[in-house]
Amino acid sequence: MKIQFVFCIFVFAAVSATAIGEGSVLRDTGDSIVKFFEWFGNLGMFCGRLVRSALTPPYEVREFVHQIDELGSKSLPLVALAGSATGVVLALSIRDSLIRFGAKSFLPALIVFSIVKESGPIITALVVSGRAAAGIGSELGAMRVTEQIDAMEASGVNPYRFLVATRVFACMLVLPLLTLVSDFCGIVMGWVANAAAEPISLQLFIHDGFKNVTFSDFLPPTLKTVVFGLLIGVVASFQGMHATGGTEGVERAATSSVVLASLFIILADVLLVHLILVFFR
Amino acid sequence: MPSIETRKNADKETPLVCVASLTKSFGQQTVLKEINLEVSRGQTLSVLGQSGTGKSILLKLIIGLHKPDSGSISIFGREITNLPLRELNEVRKKVGFLFQQAALYDSLTVEENVAFPLRRHSRMPDDQRAKRVQELLANVGMDQDAHKMPSEVSGGMQKRVGLARALALDPEILLFDEPTAGLDPITAAEIDDLIVRLQKERHMASIVVTHDIHGARVVSDRLALMRDGQILVEGTFEDLQGSRDPFVMQFLSNS
Repeated sequence: MKIQFVFCIFVFAAVSATAIGEGSVLRDTGDSIVKFFEWFGNLGMFCGRLVRSALTPPYEVREFVHQIDELGSKSLPLVALAGSATGVVLALSIRDSLIRFGAKSFLPALIVFSIVKESGPIITALVVSGRAAAGIGSELGAMRVTEQIDAMEASGVNPYRFLVATRVFACMLVLPLLTLVSDFCGIVMGWVANAAAEPISLQLFIHDGFKNVTFSDFLPPTLKTVVFGLLIGVVASFQGMHATGGTEGVERAATSSVVLASLFIILADVLLVHLILVFFR
Repeated sequence: MPSIETRKNADKETPLVCVASLTKSFGQQTVLKEINLEVSRGQTLSVLGQSGTGKSILLKLIIGLHKPDSGSISIFGREITNLPLRELNEVRKKVGFLFQQAALYDSLTVEENVAFPLRRHSRMPDDQRAKRVQELLANVGMDQDAHKMPSEVSGGMQKRVGLARALALDPEILLFDEPTAGLDPITAAEIDDLIVRLQKERHMASIVVTHDIHGARVVSDRLALMRDGQILVEGTFEDLQGSRDPFVMQFLSNS
């Protein structure tokens, strides 16, 4: 566990520094390390400001609902497609292996377990990270470089409350819901792919698949996507709000939002899987 | 908020904006050094200078978008440099700001842009708000384009919409950051006339940051010329014309 943790930190430091250093690729190690810690310091202050703004009224319910629509409903087709593809791929690849070992009857259970416990949440988070993080990063980045955020502040509106908090909370809410959609599509398409090779009723597939699934197999992995949503929202908003330098700055904000959000999700998943195993096994 | 009639009869001597010994640096570069200026109700001060002399930063300091390194900024007699955000936002509601590129929210229509501050800070019913937005847009000659997106109107029209938005909360102070930059001479003159008309009608304290000496002469009572982050000379246009300072003479002759 300790070794894994230290490894994570090293990978994290190296890759983040590369991303933050905008292509310097550790040419100057000292500068990269300073930038790395500076970035985390600024992120910490950003989070502090976000929490203060989010907890004090007025609450931006209307904008929050708008963001749920923007991030949730518009990501839905993509997530459903990614979930379906995952189900098909799992069914095809696992089926072949199980036939070799004479364990074909375990196929529904394996598909359901792997989708519900890991594939569904992580695939959903990465897909949403690609779409929503780029969207948030570029939108806020463009607003920053064209002084729209300054205009908002100058008119007495707190952009952390209006723009950032609404996006972060919307990401946290929609991620588990989208994961359920992804899980559903994956399982159904897993059955379709399986039935295409060897006819099996949906009822039997579901019965076999969910026979040994318990509360702790389903709920914690689904709810861990709240953390993924938090990471996507915070990282993308932070990169967008700190964009500088015109069109190039917007492009950098969008790209770094996706790269960093995806990286954070994968690393957070390592820790969350460990925590889930410790507390829910 | 005081009515416009009340404003006209209000004390004209007490400055609404008072900046004293203001200094601001970014890294090693000092962009503003020991700036002092005052603007009272009904007055318009134009701040002139070359690009990069810190004029826009001065406006952003006055509205609290940046914190000064030292010095004081007093708005309506209230020191704002260390004001908590909530109280600063209350002050900001009484100050309108027209940004250099208008800074319209590009995901909102023209009328939604103007309605934005009203929606945030007033409890007007929808029909009253719509009426007020129409009035504001008509005032700047943009009522026919209310449903267009900012990208569908010209630069001059964007400035007009920005001005309507800045006036939405009936501010007592109006800050203009290069109101005519990037506009053709005819549109620039229209914007200048609009500023003069609004100033007469609303009796605000205004600060116009510009490098356009002709526009500044039309819209303002006093002018301040900046060089290297400092105010080199301040007075009427005639005062500037009478200056023997080589930079002032060069600035006026080249404009």
